[in-house]
Order: sequence, then structure tokens, then C-alpha cells
Amino acid sequence: MSTLVLDEVSRWFGNVVAVNNVTMTIGPGVTGLLGPNGAGKSTLIHMMSGFLAPSSGAVTLDGEVVWRNEQIYRRIGIVPEREAMYDVFTGWQFVLANAKLHRLPDPEEATWQALETVQMTAAQDRDISTYSKGMKQRVKMATALVHDPPVLLLDEPFNGMDPRQRLHLMDLLRGMGEDGRTVLFSSHILEEVEQIAESIQVMVAGRHAASGDFREIRRLMTERPHQYTIRSDNDRALAAAIIAEASTSGVQLVPARAGRGADARRAAGTGTRDAPGALHVQATDFVSFVRVLPRLASRHGIRLYEVSPADESLESVFSYLVAR
Amino acid sequence: MNATVAQLTARSLLGRRRVLLLMALPGVLLLLAAAARSLVGQNQDITVALLGGFALATLVPLVGLIAGTGVIGPEIDDGSIVYLLSKPLSRFTIVITKFAIAIGVVTVFAALGTLFAGLILSGLSDGLTVGYALGALVAGISYCALFLLLAVLTRHAVVVGLLYALIWESLVGSFVPGAQVLSIQQWTLAGIEKVVGDHAEELGVSSAVSLGAAIPLLLVVIVGGTWFAGWRLRTLRLTSDE
Repeated sequence: MSTLVLDEVSRWFGNVVAVNNVTMTIGPGVTGLLGPNGAGKSTLIHMMSGFLAPSSGAVTLDGEVVWRNEQIYRRIGIVPEREAMYDVFTGWQFVLANAKLHRLPDPEEATWQALETVQMTAAQDRDISTYSKGMKQRVKMATALVHDPPVLLLDEPFNGMDPRQRLHLMDLLRGMGEDGRTVLFSSHILEEVEQIAESIQVMVAGRHAASGDFREIRRLMTERPHQYTIRSDNDRALAAAIIAEASTSGVQLVPARAGRGADARRAAGTGTRDAPGALHVQATDFVSFVRVLPRLASRHGIRLYEVSPADESLESVFSYLVAR
Repeated sequence: MNATVAQLTARSLLGRRRVLLLMALPGVLLLLAAAARSLVGQNQDITVALLGGFALATLVPLVGLIAGTGVIGPEIDDGSIVYLLSKPLSRFTIVITKFAIAIGVVTVFAALGTLFAGLILSGLSDGLTVGYALGALVAGISYCALFLLLAVLTRHAVVVGLLYALIWESLVGSFVPGAQVLSIQQWTLAGIEKVVGDHAEELGVSSAVSLGAAIPLLLVVIVGGTWFAGWRLRTLRLTSDE
């Protein structure tokens, strides 16, 4: 059982802060490191792997500093994001070389075990250059597992995998977590993370935005205020009705082309789509808001042309967590 | 030294097309030597011109460049070095092992190539062959140390190395005599001059630096360069795709 501790870790490259004052504890079980691209997940994993010095703070494994400590790799297995391996070798030869680099007492047995775990024994005698992306991912996994480490760090392991390979890797990681290993993997897809991670750490723009189990993260993400853009044949009447509802906190009326008599143009015909007005609605409880909106419209005889969430991108979901 | 690191390094270095380039260079030298011998016969001026002008000035730095950067540069570039770095291995062991592989390559392709070319040109009679072969070996080892260090320090090691070997040592050196003081080729020439002996001057084998200065400088490059490369490998920053 091993615990990885990040204590006020920051990392900057010149003027760019990649990781900003992150403190977290990664214990046994599967932890998902979730965040959009560029959030600093890879930088964080590089520091956990001892490949990058923190600009300030420290990363320790069971109290031992990771940076510049080659002996730490007896206890850490690393699955890098990049695909390059020694292509002129077969899967078996390459994993065996990794076992020998660890100076294991029985490298052949360890190699066989690792390849068996990732179900690659059938293709072990083919050159790595002939492997598919998923097979390469599994061989990478085997090299990280060959010395049976208590800690496993994986950088975007699901990238480029097909659904079947994804399920297999998920089972594998779940099993490792149940065995008491400390498994950490990064991903930018919440669905991926919540399926296997007992604990989730969310990174946004270099900051540690949230942590908890997946229910907690899910709740934080769905209960945040939602923005909607609405178009109708009577925006002003609709705005008045919406603001009367408890599920909203604000409505902004954007007239159709300011200063040129939006109502007049609307009266001339509803087909003038080139410069329509709109409502921007801030919903505090989006579940009841989306339920109540159609009823409001029909009660007031208003025709809805468009209802669209304005900020559903992953980045905006994450940035809410930071601003919270 | 680590046998597994050596095996991984040697197979990736020689398994690629690079090995053909490595064979082509001494091949050209041997062809030129054979042609010169059959056309002119045994001629010391031609021996000095070929071994000094081509073997030592061009073949050795190029093979040193290919071997020195090739044992580590591609792995740093494509990120596969991570499989060596994520092991409980001293970084110095990694560098020294890779350096040894590079020395093996320059010994076979540069030093032995020079030796055979010398044998073809003028046999063992006048010390030129032995002198230049030993010089090629020492220079090759030094170039490997220097270029291996460059490969750890910069992604542009091949370009910087070419600039050093071809522009600085050959071109700048021939116009600005002061530049020859910082030239592996000149340091090695000091040794060759010593091996060839008294008639070195009349054969045109002369160095811009004294042997007393050349030996410490060569040692600094070989020992210091290797040590520094190992030290830098401990703090090598791996880039990711993100």
C-alpha cells in the first residue's frame, strides 16, 4: 500500500504557470485525474513520475521525495502518453528488456506474467512496429507492470482505443485498484473517469479545482448555474414570465438589432431571421427550468423558436468549478 | 555498464538505415585509397592527404556525429528514453553504456577504416598508418563524447555538431589560426605528430597545439563531457504532446 502526496506543488515554464499550488493525496485504489486539455494533467503526472522538478513544493511517495530518486522506480510503474517504443523489438523482447532493467530475479517469468495480464501473449513474438494502437498501449502497460509495482501512473491511457480495448483496460485498472495498488490515470472525459475511478481529482487551468467521488463531481457539474439562449416570437413577454420562476436568477433581453425598432420588424413578419432578438437566461436549477419553460410558453401563447444551452463546453463546465 | 541498455541501444542504432550510411563513409575512403595506390603507387604525400584530409578531417567527425548523437538523440526525440529513465538505474550507467556503444561504432567504422586505408596506401613502414589509425580512434572517442553530450543538451545536436565539425574545425580553422586551439582534430594531430616521429614535419603532419596541451584537453572532453551528459540526463525534461 503506497500513498503519493503532492504538497503545494507548482510548476512554471518561463512566464507560464502550468501547475498552480496543487495539494493532493493519492491513496490505494483507482484515482482519475480529470481536466480539459492543457489543464496541467501531464505536467502533474510528469512530476509524480519524477521526470520533472516542481518549481516549488514537493512530491513524495510514502515520505520519499520522487525527484532525482532513481530508486523510486522500484515502486512506480509508468505508462507514458507517447507511443514511441523500441520498434525493432518484439513485444516479448521489449518487455523482457524492461524486466532486466529492473534487475528482477526471474525476468522471463515476470515478462510472461505481465504479458498475460494485458492479454498480449498471443502477439508477443511480433515486432512492435506491426502492433495496432491498442496493442501498443497494452505492451506499454506490460512494461509498467513487469516489476509488480504498488503505484501505477498512466497518462491518457484511453486515447485512441476502440470501445472493446477501452473496456478491457477499465477492467484491468479496476482490478489493480481492488488489489490495493495506487492507480492514477488522466483523462479529459468524465464518463471514462466515473466508470472506474473511486476518487476523482479535477484539474482546470493548472489548479486543483475539485476532488471527491464521482457522485460528488457529477453533482457539482449538474447543479451549477446553466446559461440558455432562447428565441421566441415575444421575447419581452417571455422574459417577464421566466423571471417570475424560482428556477432562474436572471434574464437579459437582447433586442433585435439595437435602435431600429425590433418590434416593428417583428410585426412585419416572423420570418426575419437575419437579425433576431434573444433572451439570455441564467437558470439556477436547470432540471426544473427545462421542465417549466414549455409550460410557460404555452400558457402565454408564445412560440419558441430556439432553446439552446450557451455554455455546455467542457471548458466552461470545468471553469465553473474553479470559480466556485 | 548495463548489458540491457547496450542491447537496446545497439539494436536501435544499427537496426535503422543509419548503418548503411556508417558503412558508406569508410567505403569511400577505402575506394579512394585503392584507387590512389593503383594509379600512383606508394606515395607519402597522398597518404597524408587522404588520411589527414579525408579520414581525420571528414570521416571521423561524421562517424562520431552519427554514433554520438545516434545512441541517445532519437530516443530523447521520440520519448522512448522514458523506458530507461523509469528504471532504478543510475543515469551515469545509462550514459556510459551508450558512450561505449558509440566508441564501438567509431572503432569499427572510423578507426579500422583508417587503418585499412593506411595499409592499402603505404603499409606499416613509415608510422603514418599507425599514427593516423590511433589518431582516428582517439578523435572518434572525443567526438562521441562531445556529440553525445550535445544530444542530451539540445534537440538540434546534429546541426550543431555538423557546424562544429565542418565549419569550425575545417573552415574557420583554416582562416583563423586561433580557432585551431579548440579543435579535436588539431589535438589529435599533436598525438599523430608524436607517433610519426622526426620526419612528421617534412611529411606535413603538424598540429597547431602542443601535445602537452592536447592530452589534457582531450581528457576534459572525454571525461568531462560524459560526466556532464550523465548529470544532465538526471534532469532531462521530457516533453509530452499536450
